Amino acid sequence: MSAAPTWTIGSVRDALLAKKNSARELAKDFYARIERRNPELNAFLALCPERAYAQADRVDAAIAKGQPLPPLAGVPVAIKDVISTEGVRTTCGSKILETYTPPYDATAIERLEKAGAVILGKTNCDEFAMGSSNENSAYGPVRNPASPDRVPGGSSGGSAAAVAAGLSVVSLGTDTGGSIRQPGAYCGIPALMPTYGRVSRYGLIAFASSLDRIGPFATSITDAATVMSIIAGHDTNDSTSAAVRVPDYLAEIEKPVAGLRIGVPEDYFGAGLDPEVKTKVQAGIALLEKLGCKRVPLKMPHTDYAIATYYVVATAEASSNLARYDGVRYGLRVQGNTLMDMYSKTRERGFGPEVKRRIMLGTYALSSGYYDAYYLRAQKVRSLITQDFADAFEKVDAILTPTAPTPAFKLGEKTADPLEMYLADIYTVTGSLAGVPGISVPCGKTAAGLPIGMQIFASHFGEGRILQLARAFEKAGGFSI
Amino acid sequence: MKISREDVLRVAQLAHLDLAPEEVETYRGQLDEILSYVGKLQELDVSNVEPMTQMRPRNADGASAAGAGPELRDDVVVPCGVANAVLTEAPDATKPFFRVPKVIER
Repeated sequence: MSAAPTWTIGSVRDALLAKKNSARELAKDFYARIERRNPELNAFLALCPERAYAQADRVDAAIAKGQPLPPLAGVPVAIKDVISTEGVRTTCGSKILETYTPPYDATAIERLEKAGAVILGKTNCDEFAMGSSNENSAYGPVRNPASPDRVPGGSSGGSAAAVAAGLSVVSLGTDTGGSIRQPGAYCGIPALMPTYGRVSRYGLIAFASSLDRIGPFATSITDAATVMSIIAGHDTNDSTSAAVRVPDYLAEIEKPVAGLRIGVPEDYFGAGLDPEVKTKVQAGIALLEKLGCKRVPLKMPHTDYAIATYYVVATAEASSNLARYDGVRYGLRVQGNTLMDMYSKTRERGFGPEVKRRIMLGTYALSSGYYDAYYLRAQKVRSLITQDFADAFEKVDAILTPTAPTPAFKLGEKTADPLEMYLADIYTVTGSLAGVPGISVPCGKTAAGLPIGMQIFASHFGEGRILQLARAFEKAGGFSI
Repeated sequence: MKISREDVLRVAQLAHLDLAPEEVETYRGQLDEILSYVGKLQELDVSNVEPMTQMRPRNADGASAAGAGPELRDDVVVPCGVANAVLTEAPDATKPFFRVPKVIER
């Protein structure tokens, strides 16, 4: 479908240094691609050419002066529309923020631009990152570049589709229950959820604060590692960001994988897993064994409780975080006779159905008389799920599973049944609850040509380990197994 | 049926959502289905389990992580001249205030 050349961070750099094209010409070429493909894909909600060209010109000026180039010089990137960008409209895929323009940049944005990246625009997503198909965006669904009658996954569907279709070289998404990894799997590209606290969330518009993380989409593991090396690290503006040393990911990924113990939990291969996905992921694991990894069977007995736990914890936090949209400080206001009336009318009109559903679920779970039975119990089960991971990482260096139980489904296929949609996250929410990092890497395709994803988890701050296995898998041809 | 119409209306009021009449029944059915599914959490014995109230990642080497938990910075006043930029986004502002419908009747 897409005959466009696939750029990588490395090939952009080489082309700039060889003066084959300027950063401005490259940005212009990407905007031309977006103009051609976006009407169909709906991956971008807003473009910021002024900002992009100003940055490209700074890169070109540095090249003209022979100055050393920063790691992402001239690299076109796309940003999920829940991450604040100064002066560039940021809607979270919601009508309630239709006109909102942040007065500041998120830390991740600042770091990308400081590293020379050219931000092209903001990508479509499920409203407030709540969804698994991108169909909950107030601005229409995104289509999967691999098969336009299918969803790209969600909630970071626009960021995944943009990279998969060659409309940006890399992109940022956010993952709360699978929202980076699952669209990565559906669109057939590497997609990394870092450890909780590894990447600053200053400027990320909150959905569920004990779960939300920012991470990259790329077409190669080297590119994902390069972006991680830029955005990872402590930030005094985010008290939940970790002051833990950031390793040199580009060095980590080339280390040999022979001897690493890879855990395969049987709980992720049971009923509900599509047979084609199962076959490919098992072939993927066998390939890593061929590279010298040692396969260790695992049991993670609380896996089956993860979706129920997640949808209590995440909705409870969302109901609290989204209380701020009240028509007073930003976004939509619907006039009312009293203050309460204004709040209720504004929120009723501004939020879409899934966001309202989750706010009500979370409010219910936190309300007097139900707190112990739902929220407190879910927090306890979350401890058990986290302990499953801690126990597993006593025995193994990484855990391998399918990313999602099926390949991308058709638009409209699951919209009538919210619970059915939630189950698309069944293999990803576990790692979200435990705070561990996880990646989805391409692992072949179905007979119908739909991408399949394999997930790799490592223990906290083990992004280097994940990327190392992913890189070995990539080099051995695993992506097209 | 676990969730009643009254439950939905009570929760909507707590959440400041002015639901349309036709939404009430839709959400009642959906919340009922989702909460029935969530009911599987009751299967587990959690009497001796501590709730996970904070996400505190451990270090990659498994060590309990200086710096990995939430960290508070010193309580020092720093310049923050953002009032005008913030008010620019308000639906109704008379600098330096946000304006809202009258709350207290005289």
